Amino acid sequence: MRYLPHTRQDIDQMLAVTGHADLNQLFETIPDSAKTKTGLNLPDALSEWDLNAEMDKLASQNAACRSYTCLMGAGSYDHHIPAIVPYLVSRSEFMTAYTPYQPEVSQGTLQGIYEFQTMVTALLGMDIATASHYDGGTALAECALIALRKSKSANKIAVSNLIHPSHRHIMKTYLGPSGYEMVDIPADKNGLTDLVALKSMDDIAGVAVQSPNFFGNIEDLGSFKACADEKNCLLITSFTEALAHGLLKSPGRFGADLVAGEGQSLGMTKSFGGPGLGILAGTQSMMRNLPGRFVGKTVDSKGRRGYVLTLATREQHIRREKASSNICSNNGLNAMTAAIYMAAAGKNGIREIARLNHDKAVYLKNMLVGAGLHSVYSGAFFNEFVLKAPAGFANKRREIAEKYNLFAGVPLEPFYPDMADHYLFCATETVSRQAMDLLAKEVKA
Amino acid sequence: MKSIEELSFPSDVKYTDDHEWAKVEGDLVRVGISDYAQDQLGEIVFVEMPEIGDTFAQGDEFGSVESVKAVSEIFLPIAGEIVEVNSELEDAPELVNTDCYNKGWLVKIKPDDLSEMDNLKDQAAYLEMLKG
Amino acid sequence: MTQPGTTGLIFNEPELWDKSREGRCGISIPRSDVPRADLDPALTGDAPELPQLSELDVVRHFIRLSQWNFCIDSGMYPLGSCTMKYNPKTNEVQAARKGFAAAHPLAGDQFSQGALKLMYELEQLLGEITGFPAVTLQPAAGAHGEFTGMLMIHAWHAKQGRQRSKILVPDTAHGTNPASASLCGYKSVNIKSGPKGVLEPATVAEAMDEDTAGIMITNPNTLGLFEDNIKEVCDIVHAKGGLVYGDGANMNAVMGIIKPGELGIDVLHLNLHKTFSTPHGGGGPGSGPVAVVKDLIPFLPVPRVQKENDTYSFITNCPDSIGRMHTFYGHFGIMVRAFAYILSMGGDGLKRASQLAVLNANYIKESLKTTLDLPYDRPCMHECVFTDKSVQEYHISTMDMAKRLLDYGFHPPTVYFPLVVDAAFMVEPTETESKDDIDQFIEAVKAIVKEAASNPEKLKSAPYLPKVTRLDEVAAARKPCLKG
Repeated sequence: MRYLPHTRQDIDQMLAVTGHADLNQLFETIPDSAKTKTGLNLPDALSEWDLNAEMDKLASQNAACRSYTCLMGAGSYDHHIPAIVPYLVSRSEFMTAYTPYQPEVSQGTLQGIYEFQTMVTALLGMDIATASHYDGGTALAECALIALRKSKSANKIAVSNLIHPSHRHIMKTYLGPSGYEMVDIPADKNGLTDLVALKSMDDIAGVAVQSPNFFGNIEDLGSFKACADEKNCLLITSFTEALAHGLLKSPGRFGADLVAGEGQSLGMTKSFGGPGLGILAGTQSMMRNLPGRFVGKTVDSKGRRGYVLTLATREQHIRREKASSNICSNNGLNAMTAAIYMAAAGKNGIREIARLNHDKAVYLKNMLVGAGLHSVYSGAFFNEFVLKAPAGFANKRREIAEKYNLFAGVPLEPFYPDMADHYLFCATETVSRQAMDLLAKEVKA
Repeated sequence: MKSIEELSFPSDVKYTDDHEWAKVEGDLVRVGISDYAQDQLGEIVFVEMPEIGDTFAQGDEFGSVESVKAVSEIFLPIAGEIVEVNSELEDAPELVNTDCYNKGWLVKIKPDDLSEMDNLKDQAAYLEMLKG
Repeated sequence: MTQPGTTGLIFNEPELWDKSREGRCGISIPRSDVPRADLDPALTGDAPELPQLSELDVVRHFIRLSQWNFCIDSGMYPLGSCTMKYNPKTNEVQAARKGFAAAHPLAGDQFSQGALKLMYELEQLLGEITGFPAVTLQPAAGAHGEFTGMLMIHAWHAKQGRQRSKILVPDTAHGTNPASASLCGYKSVNIKSGPKGVLEPATVAEAMDEDTAGIMITNPNTLGLFEDNIKEVCDIVHAKGGLVYGDGANMNAVMGIIKPGELGIDVLHLNLHKTFSTPHGGGGPGSGPVAVVKDLIPFLPVPRVQKENDTYSFITNCPDSIGRMHTFYGHFGIMVRAFAYILSMGGDGLKRASQLAVLNANYIKESLKTTLDLPYDRPCMHECVFTDKSVQEYHISTMDMAKRLLDYGFHPPTVYFPLVVDAAFMVEPTETESKDDIDQFIEAVKAIVKEAASNPEKLKSAPYLPKVTRLDEVAAARKPCLKG
């Protein structure tokens, strides 16, 4: 087997040194009662060529194997990924490197993550960002825990109903054993988080709002900040579409204390939902409360610029049971991916691409409304919006997928049971006018 | 790390088993960590302080001292209310290394019961504990 | 034999924003075929202050950065507890297949049969390897898997109508163990390992009571030793109504030799980025699947993958589930790689890998035990632990030896962990390192110990060859500078 270099001679020479008669004897310290009698009942090893054939077969059972038009968002977005991104990220030195605990031989990873942290703060208008987390949902759950722990009196957190349902589900799971409570802030009739409902809540450690929210609508974060200030609690904002920040006013501008979000849009493939990129940012005063890894700038013994993992005393390997989080790995390679994407797109590129997303979504909405679907909300949106379809649309939607490999929106009923026949549409810079016109034509028919 | 002989333990303070020191100053008691403690910790990078007004019993954890690779909880030598924290440590935590009994002090408390000082070790007893 | 480390031309490279020039752009802007739609200016912000660079600026920047990194593809990483084995390139080809990489997680079961089948089959394979009837692939990393497992233990106790407050954690445990337990509200009770470096049943029995939810065990443990009393320990915990959590980070030592599910462990996490060859990526992404016994199946996170005849689907109707740990289904891209690896190795291959990993570690142990102090002189599993006792007289530490190893072309072993050993120097070669490379490593360590005696100053200022020398971590922590 090509990954196992030992020859018969190597093994014999090594066993002579260890003093064992054969490989089985290496395990003589394991009591016989503990050894398995059943062996590994796995398929025979495949050659690289048979593996290719097997995996090709499996991949072809996914609709994505052929060219397809993706008008779905809901936390996973179809964006153009420049050739240089996978090219650079597949460098052995980035991909097969370990966590940069020995900084002298990890400056590539460390400077890359430092640049990632910096660009994230620029994107979100915040003071500091961590080296990344698993995904937007887990990063948001960590923020909830920060707010709840920081509060001396409150053990509740107000959470908008329009935060991605899976993110709220993760938060609920994380908070489970703690005794902390999540209080739901309902949606209003405009598809926005109900500020009036929030104003009547007391004793909360924080307010969590997503913008653009799950329905794609842009929230009035300024009002939420004012409300959080009145209640003397933290404002946590979140996002699922990182590119929105190329166009919208940043959460930092509104005074958010903590920001959590999904960075998959910054150069990562959708890959059936993972791995993505959890982004977590905060104000300067939150620095020691943030979980996860940080890269900091420093100098070496000759005064040369260098980078190290820092503030590690917050982390599990030092604090152990007193750590604020158990996180060990982050999503390092994906943070590098995002850094490369943000560097390539730059200030103007990200602005243009964000504007294009918005243009496409507005066009799609107009076309579909013209084709007979109903607009549900009239407020501003970024690249996602909700439409109500006539009964029977589910079948039509499936037919369109089977015929054209075009996926028209995400049904909302599984997430919001009282929203049958509602669909969440998304249009990014990857969708052609042709495809959108085709969909409108099919819908009208 | 230094040997016991190279470290300093003034006689005008009392010591705890966890290597804090306490010194009566009029109505208040000033608290810090001993030369042994700072030497063991290595270069100190951050001191986590309580808030003014917080109250603690004798032996309660009231903060922590961090070096690059370790964190050490600090325990209040006698019960009391925090009336002052050493704000210089925010920008210069290294004062705890260089001058742990003076400029590197941690907090000042209004003690609940000064007789609790009798539970602490004097210089000789503390030295004996370190050598043992 | 010449050592692998040598000098070479690499490049200085500033931070991205120092190369930024107004007007440059490194991405291809897609053509617009729709009208411009303006957004309310009150909602629009300024363009984020990202650097402005040409494509070559970006390429050169990151290529130069990459040249400053050590990696498995350039040299050996004998990091104990990390299993830095070779990352097969065919796994990258499989993960990049369009059908997988472009798949949207909400396309619907009908259009995702390939992905669902892969997940189902991977669950089966991992279940077979570890001896458990069910597996979830949802946790995104080892620590995430630990939290998932502990949440399930917590939920199981709650279902019994009680909640316990403590969990037993051996002194050899990885820091994520007590941290994960804390997140569930459990207080960790420290259990001291015995003189042989393994848990003694009597110590566990003394600590185990009816307010203890269970125990977290790593087997082989972080000293590289097999916990020979594991069956008895599990019985003791079960007898008082507790559950056994298994940290499977060290699975690479025992594939095909033991199955954790047969030893009394109730829930076990695996690290795909350790045992199953997926790349470390400079700190992730990893993947931490969790395997469980039958009684814990109802508590697994949702959604679960179901197979009916030849059709696969997600099910969410699991009323006792702890909930959700990841926005979608976990790190699918990492699952593809691990799946490809298991298919490439087969059962015999995986067992062989464990045997050779243990052979390599024992070979190093025997070869270096007269050079470095070996606190536990017993047969080890896939890793062995030394200390710096033999060089202390020269005022040389584990850290100094580690830094000097870099000049020889090796990444240092794990240092200062586990905490039960003073100044630990923990070596895990893995099975993908050849005898030749291991002999070079042994020679390097011997040379360094010689240098410690004859020229200790040389070690104290090491390393010399990498782009930077030892960095001021104190300044980095006192005055953190986390962005440019």
